[in-house]
Amino acid sequence: MSEPIIVFDKVAKAYGNFVVIDQLDFKVERGEKVTIIGPSGSGKSTVLRILMTLEKISDGVVYVGGEPLWHEKKNGGLAPAGEAHLRKMRSQLGMVFQQFNLFPHMTVLRNLTEAPRVVLGLSAADAKARAEELLELVGLTEHAHKFPNQLSGGQQQRVGIARALAMRPKVMLFDEPTSALDPELVGEVLTVIRRLASEHDLTMLMVTHEMRFAREISDRVCFFDKGRIREEGTPEEIFGNPKEERTRQFLSAVLDGA
Amino acid sequence: MHWMDYLGPLSEGALVTIQLTVFSTILGAILSFAFGIGKLSRNWLIRGFSIGYIEIFRGTSLLVQLFWLYFALPIAGDAIGINLRLPAVVAGILALGLNIGAYGAEVVRGAIEAVSRNQYEAATALNFSGRQALWRVILPQAIPEMMPSFSNLAVQNLKDTALASLITLSDLALKAEQLRNYTQDSTTIYTIILFMYFGMALVLSLLMRLIETSVSRWRGVRR
Amino acid sequence: MLFGYEWDTSHGELAFAISILPMLLRGLVVTIQASLLGFFVAMVLGLLLAVLKSAPSRLVSWPAAFVTEFIRDTPLLVQLFFLYYVLPDYGIVLPAFLTGALALGIQYSAYTSEVYRAGIDAVERGQHEAAKALDLPPRRTFTHVVLPQAVPRVIPALGNYLVSIMKDVPVLSVVTVLEMLNVAKIIGDQTFNYLVPLSMVGGLYLIMTLVASALVRYLDVRLPKRGIPLR
Repeated sequence: MSEPIIVFDKVAKAYGNFVVIDQLDFKVERGEKVTIIGPSGSGKSTVLRILMTLEKISDGVVYVGGEPLWHEKKNGGLAPAGEAHLRKMRSQLGMVFQQFNLFPHMTVLRNLTEAPRVVLGLSAADAKARAEELLELVGLTEHAHKFPNQLSGGQQQRVGIARALAMRPKVMLFDEPTSALDPELVGEVLTVIRRLASEHDLTMLMVTHEMRFAREISDRVCFFDKGRIREEGTPEEIFGNPKEERTRQFLSAVLDGA
Repeated sequence: MHWMDYLGPLSEGALVTIQLTVFSTILGAILSFAFGIGKLSRNWLIRGFSIGYIEIFRGTSLLVQLFWLYFALPIAGDAIGINLRLPAVVAGILALGLNIGAYGAEVVRGAIEAVSRNQYEAATALNFSGRQALWRVILPQAIPEMMPSFSNLAVQNLKDTALASLITLSDLALKAEQLRNYTQDSTTIYTIILFMYFGMALVLSLLMRLIETSVSRWRGVRR
Repeated sequence: MLFGYEWDTSHGELAFAISILPMLLRGLVVTIQASLLGFFVAMVLGLLLAVLKSAPSRLVSWPAAFVTEFIRDTPLLVQLFFLYYVLPDYGIVLPAFLTGALALGIQYSAYTSEVYRAGIDAVERGQHEAAKALDLPPRRTFTHVVLPQAVPRVIPALGNYLVSIMKDVPVLSVVTVLEMLNVAKIIGDQTFNYLVPLSMVGGLYLIMTLVASALVRYLDVRLPKRGIPLR
């Protein structure tokens, strides 16, 4: 059994006195599809943002691919990571945002080719080929030369997924990918994510409120509350037979209200 | 003299005014980006220098800056043994450019800061370096926001070139003053140049509007 | 010798600087006076222009708009020369100081008129309609409903123009007004040391604009955003 691709070791994150994540121990194995559920403010998105280096940690160590993320090994000990180390580590991760965050001044194609060309140094032709492959994967080939503001929310998010995949990350992070979409557009995005989950051994870590979808594609579900993992297990265990009272409370509120 | 005879010398002056405007505005634009971006730098030295430049050139009068560069700088130069006697045209362009660069820097900084945080995060997620993110993602979105203010600053700069006549540059204002001295026909001459400046300002505004339109294709949809 | 003070050129730079400080401060006083007077003129003329521009009759509003734009797009220096040389030809002879303040006021009235218009427009349309529903007569609507809400909004912008006017006062030196820059230039012409006086003027300007800006910000904070309370 190879080592986990992601390890949180007693990680804490606080904004001043407000503690978002509290002594978190968390692991994700290679190729595993993990979904994080929980109430707002529980710290779920923060876990993703820490991995994507968008947030610093206050305490503990995060490991990606066996190496520390926010620290680098120096003189036999651990020192806070410099920009070069962060960039090296970041290349293993990709993120899909709730608000899509596409570059509005670039066409769909350019959104997909810009980073591979500028950051990875791919030639224009290679980047274009890769982009076209991905556009086919997400079903948007005819829209290659449109601008984001000409696309629907669901289409934009699919471009967002393709854009992240273009960098060939080992781990894909999905931060509430469908929460900002009109209900009828949610399905097309989930279809793409479902395909990704079944056809690739990408490690996937997703934060979502789509419980049915989580149940369908996850290997493991974690219930987060107040900055800690309250309960985790297979989808059957969590959704079918939750052990903790808090988990039961949350699930009944979400599933009944939905 | 018939008023039409004035047009010849005045046009020579107008040409100088236009040249002053063009060169100083270009210098100002370069300084605006340099110091506007500099003020956002994480390097405290660059940031401090940028803030200093902006505060000094926005906080003091343009005419004072102009006179300082033309009259005082040579003396400072003598004290340290370098010849800093700037020709009037250099002092003029430099003063105007430095002045408008400081105002423009604040415009640049404001527009960059106005670009949504989400764009920075998307760029980081894709592993762009800070510089790559700035030039390829942030600036193209910030520049359309800067244009209306830049337009105003350009016209302001055109008006300010008239001050260069006070350090002997043969621009429109100086030519007018010379003609007035010669003919005492104040009303006609000054009315003509007021309309000439007005005309130049309108042309400049139109030019800026054209630039604004062509960069607005970089504008994104506000979510 | 200037304003009754002597400068001291024989004991080094610092002594020189100290000796000319009183003269520069006299100039500073003139600068402030010219700024305030110019600002006052700009406020009054600007209000007039703003009212004319909002007039229902196009015969009034269009020329007013044209005049405003014309003033905005022409240099202060030229406007100043125009007033200084042309007015006497028509029998109006003003002291240079007043001509200067008038020129400043005219130049900035174009800007202040825009500030007034923006401030008045910003008071929500709904306020006009509410006042109408309550059957308030138009004049009272304006003075008791619109103005008290418009004033806090325009003060910061107008205040910033006061600071700009201060920076434009040196232009008045061309018509012999003894403001700060002119004083420095005279000292420089006579002692051949321009560096010290001009640098001091620069420093004094920085202080003046910083203080004025702080005052404007203070006023902005102190004025209630929802409008001046009326009992």
